[in-house]
Amino acid sequence: MCAMPVRKEATLPLARYDKETLKFFYETMVKIRNFELTVEKFFFDGEIPGFVHLYIGEEATATGVMANLRKTDYIQSTHRGHGHTIAKGADLKHMMAELFGKSTGSCKGKGGSMHIADFSVGMLGANGIVGGGFTMATGAALAQKMQKTDGVAVAFFGDGASNRGTFHEAANMAAAWKLPVIFLCENNQWASTTPYRTTTSVDDIADRAQGYGMPGVIVDGNDVFAVYEAAKELIERARRGEGPAILECKTYRIKGHFVGDPEMYRTKEEVQKVLEETDPIPRFEAKVLKAKAMTKKELETIRTRVEKELAEALEFARTSPEPEVSALYEGLYV
Amino acid sequence: MKTITFSQATLEAMQEEMARDERVFVMGEDIARQGGIFGQFKGLPAQFGTGRIMDTPISETAIVGACIGAALAGMRPVADMHFADFAGVCFDEIYNQMAKIYYMFGGQKPVSMVLRAPDGLVNQAAAQHSQSLEAFFCHIPGLKVVIPSNPADAKGLLKAAIRDDNPVIYFEHKALFSMKGEVPEEEYVTPIGKAKVVREGKDVTLVSYSMTMNLAVKAADMLEKEGISVELIDLRTISPIDKETILNSVAKTSRLAIAHEAVKQGGVGAEISAIVAEEAIDCLDAPIVRVGAPFTPVPFARPLEQAYRITPDKIAAAVRGMM
Repeated sequence: MCAMPVRKEATLPLARYDKETLKFFYETMVKIRNFELTVEKFFFDGEIPGFVHLYIGEEATATGVMANLRKTDYIQSTHRGHGHTIAKGADLKHMMAELFGKSTGSCKGKGGSMHIADFSVGMLGANGIVGGGFTMATGAALAQKMQKTDGVAVAFFGDGASNRGTFHEAANMAAAWKLPVIFLCENNQWASTTPYRTTTSVDDIADRAQGYGMPGVIVDGNDVFAVYEAAKELIERARRGEGPAILECKTYRIKGHFVGDPEMYRTKEEVQKVLEETDPIPRFEAKVLKAKAMTKKELETIRTRVEKELAEALEFARTSPEPEVSALYEGLYV
Repeated sequence: MKTITFSQATLEAMQEEMARDERVFVMGEDIARQGGIFGQFKGLPAQFGTGRIMDTPISETAIVGACIGAALAGMRPVADMHFADFAGVCFDEIYNQMAKIYYMFGGQKPVSMVLRAPDGLVNQAAAQHSQSLEAFFCHIPGLKVVIPSNPADAKGLLKAAIRDDNPVIYFEHKALFSMKGEVPEEEYVTPIGKAKVVREGKDVTLVSYSMTMNLAVKAADMLEKEGISVELIDLRTISPIDKETILNSVAKTSRLAIAHEAVKQGGVGAEISAIVAEEAIDCLDAPIVRVGAPFTPVPFARPLEQAYRITPDKIAAAVRGMM
């Protein structure tokens, strides 16, 4: 299984998907999209401070992967981590409060967007350092193996991070020790403001899998079904003790590198075209409606529920107190 | 009491803690098959299996990162750095991840791990295998840094470091591994954060740690014969620093000298000097004196290394000048 990477499409008929999974797909993608739009608004309004990186356009990837994970599985996220955090099941209230820098935040207001974590759902942290998560996910997978669970760890990373040395050290270690870790590449085409292909030796990041003796799979990262099915196969393989893999999800970063990015490096038309052609949410809606796997009403019910949950989270975040200054000195050591 | 080497003392600490807590494991380069370059891991694979004493790829970044990840997933890893000098390879993992995770994630989970870092001058190993880099780590909130000077503390501090819920950097001077010393027969741990007054004196406080502590003892012996009574403090932990022990001593002696093998500029001695200058300058009868290496990389050739090296004579001369 270590030849050139395999390109996969969704092949499972929609009728084989249970309703709960379909609902999870839609609810999670809509939740991420709306959360991010809300965050963008309140960042521009000046209520959310710091650096914020939005996941808009990439929702299908986190959603399709996380539908295969248990609460006890681990993920390492990135600076663009809201989508992963939501899809892993984090509570929106505490998440939003964290972004607002409030004491009720999941990190008590000490982390913010780039350093958000929710260990209660196995989300071991976003990371302000690009490529910071590879080795830690590998270690979490090592722990799972030592503890004789069939748990896995997933390291999310971008095309840009695949050029960090950490990727290569972790990939080798994970493969040499057959650890249950999935290196989950979100190839969103942009390494910050640089088109990845101008600074990367290969077209497909999954090409690098064969150099480490592990399978590499490429899917359309904006097709939640394709992501789900490919991730399922690789995650189950890892659970069986057959080792790590790279799954590359081809997607596109609809928003700038950070909120406020003037985006001088690309045209609005390019972004608009990608959005119209590949936006994972309308694609999902069209597919399930056409197959009559879900009704318009079911979709609407989910959207309403998400809006309500998000409104509550926003209210909670905005009305929560900021940390007391004394908290500065708290929690440095156990 | 029994007499064993520093290396054996660290080995006993590992054996006792691995037997006590099955979450403890160790990974590093050349530690399972070879037993560590100083023999400090010999016999552990036979006792605990290669599942808990793991030879790694030459990937310091992955070693430290994987230990952090394993700690977050409930294990208590010990990472061996082979040579402290190699910590530069994985500094992001140390200062952006290991040190910060507990604080920046609001206390959700501590990174309960130990990073063992053999440091210091030995066998003319020169610029990239001889450094004393401990001051870097003391500048990073979230880490604890311990640095024993003898077999008894080596064992007690390693046991304490493994039991500590916080990330601990454990410096072990390479020239100390073969040093013999008395170690208690019974179970004990050496508390982190507590300095030790090794010898009481009245004329000057001499603070040191690690290998240099042993040179400071020799210097004190020389000075004693000249009628200068030296109070010797072995810091043992350099972050957090035991200010109380230092300040109490300076209040008594009115003079402070600090000696370490690391370069003088920006060293631990600078921090101690600043603490005493800020909090006890009125007690001082003489300017503070620091003895540290010159501001150069560690040179190779014998006369150059000798000139670079701190010696009992250099420490004694510095203290003499304060009188």
